[in-house]
Amino acid sequence: MATLEIEGRLIELDNEGYLRDLDCWSPAVARALAQREPLELTDAHWEVIEVLRDFYLRFEHAPAMRPLVKAVAQQLGPDKGRSIYLMKLFPESPAKVAARLAGLPKPTNCL
Amino acid sequence: MSHSKTFLIISRRPPYGSSHARDALDTALTTAVFEQPVAMLFQGDGVLQLLKGQEPAAVRQKNLGATLSALPMYDIENLYACADALAQRGLTQDDLILPVQPLDRAGIAALIRNHDVVLNF
Amino acid sequence: MTLHTLNRPPSDRALLDDCIAALVADDTLLLLEDGVYCALAGLELPAGVRCVALAADVAARGIGDRLATGIEVVDDIGFVELCCHHSRVASWF
Repeated sequence: MATLEIEGRLIELDNEGYLRDLDCWSPAVARALAQREPLELTDAHWEVIEVLRDFYLRFEHAPAMRPLVKAVAQQLGPDKGRSIYLMKLFPESPAKVAARLAGLPKPTNCL
Repeated sequence: MSHSKTFLIISRRPPYGSSHARDALDTALTTAVFEQPVAMLFQGDGVLQLLKGQEPAAVRQKNLGATLSALPMYDIENLYACADALAQRGLTQDDLILPVQPLDRAGIAALIRNHDVVLNF
Repeated sequence: MTLHTLNRPPSDRALLDDCIAALVADDTLLLLEDGVYCALAGLELPAGVRCVALAADVAARGIGDRLATGIEVVDDIGFVELCCHHSRVASWF
């Protein structure tokens, strides 16, 4: 099992790199997870991570791509609420990658 | 999409006592992710899934109401409930987490007829 | 045209009511498993609805001689044919 060491604490990850304990998340954890992708987190990444964490708080699951795009559009505006924009920020599979960095479980009904 | 079929998911079990309600919801969300048009009908004890104020942490389950409230985020906007089932349980729209369209018996029969695929849970 | 299947006995009144309420002319109601017990007293169905019971489930329960009038019995091939001849299946359980 993989672990991250952050500020003297050991953080456990599952075999796909998602946090085992969602309560362990912090911005420092997100930065460490981003290094594993590897990905450099900019303000554009952080605001999407915030949208995801808010989605999880309200709906108690990690969104698939379609509701993620809709949530981003609602909170950050229609220019950012597009799959192409999210693909550039979180390449390959934005719903999965961004959920991992936001400390959410893996989206279950994601293609 | 030329190949899409219209799906109606009928959910008639209460939440938490069995996995039926969760299975219906997962099916609805997955169908929507595949960009097929989905409607949901809550019937019988299934209308109890829509009650506000669910707190299932003590029975170690996820909050079904929280996931249900995400249906509009998946563009599942056609939500119906059996009017008799609501009335028998003394429920009105104010008690529910989502706006649903109440249907009488004839309305339900027509709804079934207007969808290509019907999935009961 | 919808094929409705029902697999619960008549004591499951709420289910039976919802199922019957959903029936319209040209639909077929197929009773199977414990649903075949609904064929003992018969059911009040809307006009134009055909009611059939699955032969194996009727035989298993020893009720072949007790079915209400107007209820046909179909075997498994008949079941498959019914599925093919209706545009959708709604399963009441």
